[in-house]
Amino acid sequence: METKDNVVLHVADVHKRFGGLHALADIDLQIEEGKTHAIIGPNGAGKSTLLNVIIGRLAPTSGAVVFDGTVLTGKKPHEINQLGVARVFQTPEIFADLSVLQNVMTPAFARRDGAFRINMFRSTDNETEIREEAEAILEDVGLIERRGVNSGALSRGDKRRLELAMCLIQKPRLLLLDEPTAGMSRHDTNTTIELLKKIKARGMTKVIIEHDMHVVFSLADRMSVLAGGRIIAEGLPSEIKGDPRVQEAYLGGAYT
Amino acid sequence: MLSLSRKDLISLVIFAAVVVAMPLWLAPFGAAYPGLMQKFAIAAIFAIGFNILFGLTGYLSFGHAAFLGVGSYTTVWTFKLLGMEILPAIIFAIIVAGLFSLIIGYFSLRRTGIYFSILTLAFAQMSYSLAYSVLTPITNGETGLLLARGDPRVLDMAFGNQVDGAGLPFPTLFGMELGGYGGFYLCAVVLILSFFISQKIFASPFGMALRSIKSNQMRMSYTGFDIKPYLLTAFVISGMFAGLAGALMSVTDPLAGAERMKWTESGNVVLMTILGGVGTLFGPVIGAWLIEYFENIFSAINYNMLNGFFGFLPDGVRDVAVTVSSKFVGEGWHLTLGLLFVVVVVFLPGGVMEGVRRLSAYFKDRTGRTPEPVTKASAAE
Repeated sequence: METKDNVVLHVADVHKRFGGLHALADIDLQIEEGKTHAIIGPNGAGKSTLLNVIIGRLAPTSGAVVFDGTVLTGKKPHEINQLGVARVFQTPEIFADLSVLQNVMTPAFARRDGAFRINMFRSTDNETEIREEAEAILEDVGLIERRGVNSGALSRGDKRRLELAMCLIQKPRLLLLDEPTAGMSRHDTNTTIELLKKIKARGMTKVIIEHDMHVVFSLADRMSVLAGGRIIAEGLPSEIKGDPRVQEAYLGGAYT
Repeated sequence: MLSLSRKDLISLVIFAAVVVAMPLWLAPFGAAYPGLMQKFAIAAIFAIGFNILFGLTGYLSFGHAAFLGVGSYTTVWTFKLLGMEILPAIIFAIIVAGLFSLIIGYFSLRRTGIYFSILTLAFAQMSYSLAYSVLTPITNGETGLLLARGDPRVLDMAFGNQVDGAGLPFPTLFGMELGGYGGFYLCAVVLILSFFISQKIFASPFGMALRSIKSNQMRMSYTGFDIKPYLLTAFVISGMFAGLAGALMSVTDPLAGAERMKWTESGNVVLMTILGGVGTLFGPVIGAWLIEYFENIFSAINYNMLNGFFGFLPDGVRDVAVTVSSKFVGEGWHLTLGLLFVVVVVFLPGGVMEGVRRLSAYFKDRTGRTPEPVTKASAAE
């Protein structure tokens, strides 16, 4: 299939089989630069598998993932990140033994210094530029007051915000979010939505997997509905809401 | 490039003072003779290097004695072939130990956790056995590698430094022979340098990357770091430190034996690091000193000394006291060390350094002089 103009991520004819299970079939997704694309679907529809294929954690059985002209399939996670793809996990993955500030500084080093560099004779204390940048991001996500705290002591909502900050400091071109508000209170969810809207204004492309329809409809420019490993519908949120197939497969009328 | 933060600089000055003053403060403990203090310094260097791997990345190597042995053999060979000058011997030892750890590390680091530990143990035991069997031409087997009057010593011969009299040549530093205290102060200076390097690594972005790897490897690779070379670098650095320690052993006593590669040596450095405090700057040094002290002083206490110590007690009670305590000293020193280790690991999982931290926190609380910083206060949820 042809890649359209200004498409930054193209998931082309991806199939993924686990033994007899056809987890993903005929997945073709084109995500435009600067847009927020939501992927929704019932449990077991293959959402997380799809995300894992995109990020290189799983190899597709066939097909390819192309990011900005580069084939991601077969690349290692750190190579994919170096190309400008960052990911927020379903359960926050942070450096629990490090302080909040160090958690945000580490990814900044990866962006500045590349995948491997022994900067043994510099001092982290003297990296003023990176520290200031990290503090600015922490300000954005509302964790600046807690920069000195050991991040393992944060609440779940704060850990997720921290993980988001760790991705944001890398200024990725593509941000993948796996249920960014799962397990959050309504208040935390709303702050996260505000935060994600703010990033949207910066023109970062985002792919969001989400259960919470409130989140999806507040953020998404386009949506794909996944059921049984296939994309059964794709379009603007308003179109998806009214699509009878989607309502049958997933929404079940409850959200309309 | 050589700058340190204020806090680290203070630590370094205190550390240097403590090391240089060892002959003073070790005297009351009966350990203030150069041969032993030398051992203290060398063990501390070994542990500092080991801590860069184990403390920062969490990878527990059970084979670091192999690098110690390689360092020793290289040093003696350099003495034999090139000459008795100390610095080239040490430099060669570090390079060869580094190359050796590069190979072992490359294969061992393909696995994590217990499998990594077993691989390093296997490599080290293999080196130990080879040193006794196939490699006898290089290691001189059970006798150990010794200097001989007939050694080529190319550089010494070229500069006309012949051996006088009938004895063997002595190692020299810029032409000067090291006496007892000379050997100790050489090791002390190298120890302070090693401490400084470890401080630099701890405070650097590289050190932070290693700690991040220990904390969450998956996040690290999704953050754009290629983990393998970081781990391998840490492994090689700690292997070079072990080579340096081995070199100093042979510098202060020019021989090398395969027993330095034995797994008990590898285990010892693990104990030192855990006892003192994994991942702290001072911990490995304290652990190394404690264990060396037990091994050398506690093990030398005998019945007569105990009788003297308990002399103030009435006869019957004294006999009981001496009999009971004699099980813990002399040949029984392993028992005391084992008990100490159990107590520390159970009650202070962070080692002696955690005890120090708790004590200082307790006193700060009691005196109330130091108010909790704002960032700390908000940690309580």
